[in-house]
Amino acid sequence: MYQILDKKHFSERVVALTVAAPLIARSRRPGHFVIVIADDRGERIPLTIADADKERGTITLVVQAVGESTRRICAMEPGESLRDVVGPLGHATRIERVGTVVCCGGGVGVAPLLPIIRAMKEAGNRVISVLAARTRDLIILEEQVREYSDEVIIMTDDGSYGDKGLVTDGVERVLRREQVDQVVTIGPAVMMKFVSKLTGRYSVPTICSLNTIMVDGTGMCGACRITVGGRVRFVCVDGPEFDAHQVDFDEMLMRLRAYDPTPSSPVK
Amino acid sequence: MNKPLLHTDRDAAWRRELREALTPRERSAIPRAHMPMLDPAYRITCNEEVNQGLSAGQAVTEATRCLDCPDPQCVTGCPVSIDIPGFIKNIQRGDAAEAAAVLRRTSALPAVCGRVCPQEKQCESRCIYNKMHREPVAIGWLERYAADAARLSGAAPAAQAVEPLGIRVAVAGSGPAGLSFAGEMCSRGYSVTVFEALHEVGGVLRYGIPEFRLPGEVVEYEIEALRAAGVEFVTDTVVGKTISYDELLAAGYRGIFVASGAGLPRFMGVPGENYINILSSNEYLTRVNLMHAGTPGYATPVPRGARVAVVGGGNTAMDSVRTALRMGASEAMLIYRRTRAEMPARAEEIAHALEEGVQLIELAAPVEYLADERGRVRAMRLQRMRLGEPDAGGRRRPEPIEGAIDEVAVDVVIVSVGVSPNPLIPESIDGLEVTSRGTIAVDDTLHSSLGPVYAGGDIVRGGATVILAMGDGRAAAASMDATLTQKA
Repeated sequence: MYQILDKKHFSERVVALTVAAPLIARSRRPGHFVIVIADDRGERIPLTIADADKERGTITLVVQAVGESTRRICAMEPGESLRDVVGPLGHATRIERVGTVVCCGGGVGVAPLLPIIRAMKEAGNRVISVLAARTRDLIILEEQVREYSDEVIIMTDDGSYGDKGLVTDGVERVLRREQVDQVVTIGPAVMMKFVSKLTGRYSVPTICSLNTIMVDGTGMCGACRITVGGRVRFVCVDGPEFDAHQVDFDEMLMRLRAYDPTPSSPVK
Repeated sequence: MNKPLLHTDRDAAWRRELREALTPRERSAIPRAHMPMLDPAYRITCNEEVNQGLSAGQAVTEATRCLDCPDPQCVTGCPVSIDIPGFIKNIQRGDAAEAAAVLRRTSALPAVCGRVCPQEKQCESRCIYNKMHREPVAIGWLERYAADAARLSGAAPAAQAVEPLGIRVAVAGSGPAGLSFAGEMCSRGYSVTVFEALHEVGGVLRYGIPEFRLPGEVVEYEIEALRAAGVEFVTDTVVGKTISYDELLAAGYRGIFVASGAGLPRFMGVPGENYINILSSNEYLTRVNLMHAGTPGYATPVPRGARVAVVGGGNTAMDSVRTALRMGASEAMLIYRRTRAEMPARAEEIAHALEEGVQLIELAAPVEYLADERGRVRAMRLQRMRLGEPDAGGRRRPEPIEGAIDEVAVDVVIVSVGVSPNPLIPESIDGLEVTSRGTIAVDDTLHSSLGPVYAGGDIVRGGATVILAMGDGRAAAASMDATLTQKA
């Protein structure tokens, strides 16, 4: 059992949980994820590790209530425990000094982006962060992002905070005005798809971190398979980060809907 | 390797008496037992075990058939060299507990092996009765009978008291290879910790083999027996990720047995294979067996459809197609590129599947999948095949018949065409040599390229059986023990 020690509400549907997991806290690096089971009858779901505290033996998970399991996890309170937390899984982000890095995140994707922003900065890069959300209340972790960024651009769909527009508008503004050496994008698949299209036009190397459907998370089931550069890859053991320009996002978007309930679907 | 002494009590008075009570002619005249089975129409409505097990009377009669040969060939067909006549004759004299104890001497999982071993290709294929043109003694059913009788008697499996050596060894993976190794090392006095990546212990016995073929309580009992003997199990721990190789050494583990299994499911690479509701047998069986998808109250979903096609001809394909029937498929199809005769699955599993109404589509292979507007598979295009010349393995090679392509409507497709080794551990241990196939390279003693590391089961074999994995566990234990205590 993995006890929840702290809980912070980022918005109505997004919480940050600090969870006791000493072995994972010690070995995780930016980009890693864990598989979580809420309770005895829960399913295995992948969550990216947002932060960790080696001394305290904790990891931080930022969870958005979108389905049954994430709703249940978001409703858990400090003192309660997650049945299982396994990790750290996947390959860590490759952190190098490349020059100027644009880190763009949408919604809850900003949480796993934060440790990458920090590591990119510490590696000596100039870091420009672009945070995007539907509306002001859904912008999370702004203060922490500012701490490790040379510049922060905020975009909201409704213009309630920062500039009105999509994440791609913010990224393109930077691409137009200066030389960018790398882009890192984490967020909803559709967002990453359009960021990838944009940076492809500017020929800027782009890394995306994918959160597909998984069961075991260790290479065994193949539920997370996607096509990258014409080859089938498993997000859990080959990723979760890939060269965004090679990812077949349309196929991934389709596969993400595998278990969406629809009236005529054979899925129960 | 120190092989255990076999049939040591063959000269015991009781055993001689049993041999002299009936002539070989009388014994061989007894017909082989029939396994009581659930009715096919009933069993596809539930998950109950299909084979119900021999009754005590049936078991004693079947045990009587065994001639108690002076040089029993059956033992040579067993990857873990079980003293087969020894346990069978104990059944005949009515001492199932002692029969179970004989099994336990060489097998950590007798109730499992009695159910899932391909005895017809192993021990039973060497039975003297085959030469006499009679059906072999039902060794597998007797093994199961003895192990079940011990379990159902309520008596805890006797844990032998051994002098602890004070040496810690670690195991990566709690499947058949890992459990077998753990049991063997424990009985040699080692302190054993088994690390399991999943949240339940048992590996393929838990996520892969369905309840109707291997009930969970049977697996649970065998694991409890190991726990009672002192084996420590740590779940949710991926060796190489959660805890590194160096950390294991620093924690005082002097030997590490890697038994992490075959891992990655193979796909065929045909167009449309990533459409929704096309999944690997690993994924399908894991969802249903490990995660209890389909059982009310459990959160894990699983695709269910009226028309389910399973591609493949192995035991995993049989498990998948039979599971699909139990999940409510009205048409469960098995697509195989050769014919029934060439299927690698056990004859019994194929027969059970067909009895249950599985539709066999032989000499066919999918070449393309078609989907609806939302990306859900709706049909498969099947290339019809014919058998050509035998390949290197002696099986006749399937060849496509030009232009013979049919379209078959499907709602769910389960791809069961094998697995590749899991790269997780090989990638995470520096200096661990792997083969070109991605399996861990080992010598005859299952020793890897790194001093303390041994490996066995599917991470070495690349996809074999439960009993071969168990045999590896035993062999690796013997060689690691020899090294650690310098007895070699």
